[in-house]
Amino acid sequence: MKLSLRLRPIAFIGVLLLAWQIAVSLHPGHLLPTPLEVLRGIGDLLQHGLLLKYIVASLFRVTWGFALAALLAIPLGLLIGWYSRAEMAFNPLLQILRPISPLAWIPIAILWFGVGDLAAVFLIFLCCFFPLLLTSIQAVRSVPAVYIHAGRNFGLSPAAMIGRVLYPAVMPQLIIGLRITLGIAWLVVVAAEMIAVNSGLGFLIVDARNAGSRYDLVVAGMIMIGVIGWLLDLGMRSLERVRSLRWGYAED
Amino acid sequence: MNSLQQPRKWESFFWPLLTVAAFLALWHFAVVWTATKIFPSPLDVERGIVTLAHKNVLWLDIRDSLRRVAIGYGAAVVLGIPIGLILGWYPAINQVVNPAMQILRPISPIAWIPVAIIFFGIGDDSAVFLIFLSAFFPIVVACIDGVSNVPSMFRRAGRNFGLSPLQLLAKVVFPAALPRILIGLRISLGIAWLVVVAAEMIAVDSGLGYLIIDSRNSGKHYDLVVAAMLMIGVIGLILDLGFRRLEKMRSVRWGFRYES
Amino acid sequence: MSSSIKEGAISPSPETKLVVEHVSMIFARDGKSVPVLADIDLDVRRGEFLCIVGPSGCGKSTLLNLMGGFLPPTSGAIRIDGEIVRGPDPRRIFVFQERGVFPWLTVEGNIGFGLFKLSREERERRIAHYIQMVGLKGFEQAYPSELSGGMKQRLEVARALAVDPDVLFLDEPFGALDSITRLTMRGELLRIWETEGNTIIFVTHDIDEAVQLADRVAVMSSRPGRIQQIVDIDIPHPRDISSPRYLELRAGIYDQIGLAHRI
Repeated sequence: MKLSLRLRPIAFIGVLLLAWQIAVSLHPGHLLPTPLEVLRGIGDLLQHGLLLKYIVASLFRVTWGFALAALLAIPLGLLIGWYSRAEMAFNPLLQILRPISPLAWIPIAILWFGVGDLAAVFLIFLCCFFPLLLTSIQAVRSVPAVYIHAGRNFGLSPAAMIGRVLYPAVMPQLIIGLRITLGIAWLVVVAAEMIAVNSGLGFLIVDARNAGSRYDLVVAGMIMIGVIGWLLDLGMRSLERVRSLRWGYAED
Repeated sequence: MNSLQQPRKWESFFWPLLTVAAFLALWHFAVVWTATKIFPSPLDVERGIVTLAHKNVLWLDIRDSLRRVAIGYGAAVVLGIPIGLILGWYPAINQVVNPAMQILRPISPIAWIPVAIIFFGIGDDSAVFLIFLSAFFPIVVACIDGVSNVPSMFRRAGRNFGLSPLQLLAKVVFPAALPRILIGLRISLGIAWLVVVAAEMIAVDSGLGYLIIDSRNSGKHYDLVVAAMLMIGVIGLILDLGFRRLEKMRSVRWGFRYES
Repeated sequence: MSSSIKEGAISPSPETKLVVEHVSMIFARDGKSVPVLADIDLDVRRGEFLCIVGPSGCGKSTLLNLMGGFLPPTSGAIRIDGEIVRGPDPRRIFVFQERGVFPWLTVEGNIGFGLFKLSREERERRIAHYIQMVGLKGFEQAYPSELSGGMKQRLEVARALAVDPDVLFLDEPFGALDSITRLTMRGELLRIWETEGNTIIFVTHDIDEAVQLADRVAVMSSRPGRIQQIVDIDIPHPRDISSPRYLELRAGIYDQIGLAHRI
């Protein structure tokens, strides 16, 4: 009984794959590959060592762009959130810069950094920086005043206030922000690689299509993107479950 | 919250203006000092916007981008909300469908571009399909999340008054989940706006994304590139503000007050 | 059970509203079975105000949920008017702490929530009537977030009364209120009970509250919960809470639960 419950999701995926197989085989001559061909495509890529190389390339860009953005945006956001005048001053500018699709920066990224890793990292950085900055501003501003009063009451120095009250208080919100942002970064890196560089999973997709319509490789690339994005999300979610950070979620 | 004195009225205009002015000045002088021939100064950009507005291209491109978002996003809302509500309402179905969705969801909508082009060819339909994909999964997830977080007390109260399951869904679960659903809708509108630009850079030949790529490729008109970027920012901001206004409506607002 | 007697027709004496027959409840927690209620027998008279008191964790809320039909008992049965309870029913309304009001509806919307089967005029008449009764006049269009705790509690009682239920289940309804509001709310509830004549089953851990309100107090012991004693409160309303009889009854219940009278 329990086992069959576990198997149902897998059976559902199986049904989807079967439907895909049947749909493709009903339209011979169509460009779309069958699941088996995709599997073979993944095997091909593995054999040539391309898959691992491209995955590493994509992850490398995301890691750098994401880490740089987090390192800069979080302290800056906490600072801006803490001083209400600073928040007032920066808010309108941020509000206009933020909704500019990071992909719209592609021409500028290429102009400044040329075609290559640096341009891609810059785009990832941009797409992470603004959401993280706004999340941290928001997080500080929503710290309940009682915590701050309590901290003052115990005579904490400003540094101790940040370390012992502010930081733990904003952590739950920040981690949610980090998870959402990492998802966006993963979305953007694929787009950036389609346009601005010549390696990575995004490039794999475009290249496979342009160089001979290898749609099996296109879909293989898509599936790898899905699997890695899923793993990244899972990793961030397990971070949310760390006990000392979790207090924010237990409440509701 | 922390500054001891409340900021005065004039400050709410003064500080933002100062920052924006400083930003523009920094930009302007950076262009002047580096003596770049390519990168535009704020003044160039302003002229760029005027040129675009005169040539009417701007309005046509804005209209095209907005139309694609409206159709794709609209379809995602119409399909995503009922599906999300059902999945949230019946955890048994959700358990079956969830793993498949978890794998499809993180596939960057942009990675679907080649597949979209096979299905729909180069043109509006492809772009609309991509926007639909990009908004659909976040909306479904937000609905599942919203429904499964409705306090059981509300459901019990609803059953106590003799509501049928359908009435319970419409009169209790949906309004109770609405705040979270709306946040999900706003975030996915942001993503849709991000994706339309990408889709237009690759899959079609009109819209603000196309304007950017086209301006760059046909003679490195970086003033127009930046002008189009600004327009993207401004429209994105307006969409976001519109949604936040919706969240502030009285009958919807309850959830946000509790959370803050 | 004899087969000749039809279910739902077991000699309901006109006096008895609700019967709890040999009810036991066992929860499964982490693979272990935890007995929560053991062999509870209880009769509630029509129009009675019954309080159930006991230490926290004694299963009094679970018992109330069983009576409300939100949970099926592991064994035994609960009958209301001779009929076995099989699920929640608008003839008997459960009042939660004030958190149970729907925050997305106005005061009017909340009170009218259970009245969807009535005609528009009838609905409006009842809403107006109960707004008047619980003293929320002038707040018809207010949302719960704009009301105080006491007002929200009155709103929830009004929402329950509006569907004209025979039985009201109240689960520590005043637990989250401050002590002054709690006192006034007790008075309000008694006034409403005296005019409406519902049967009220009221769970609380506050012994004073029970002795002030109830006709009878059922005292429960914990783990698994049993009914230890049923105390008749033979003081007419309005009750003088410094009278010797009041203090005596109260002391008796404190003894039952095993609490000292001195701090």
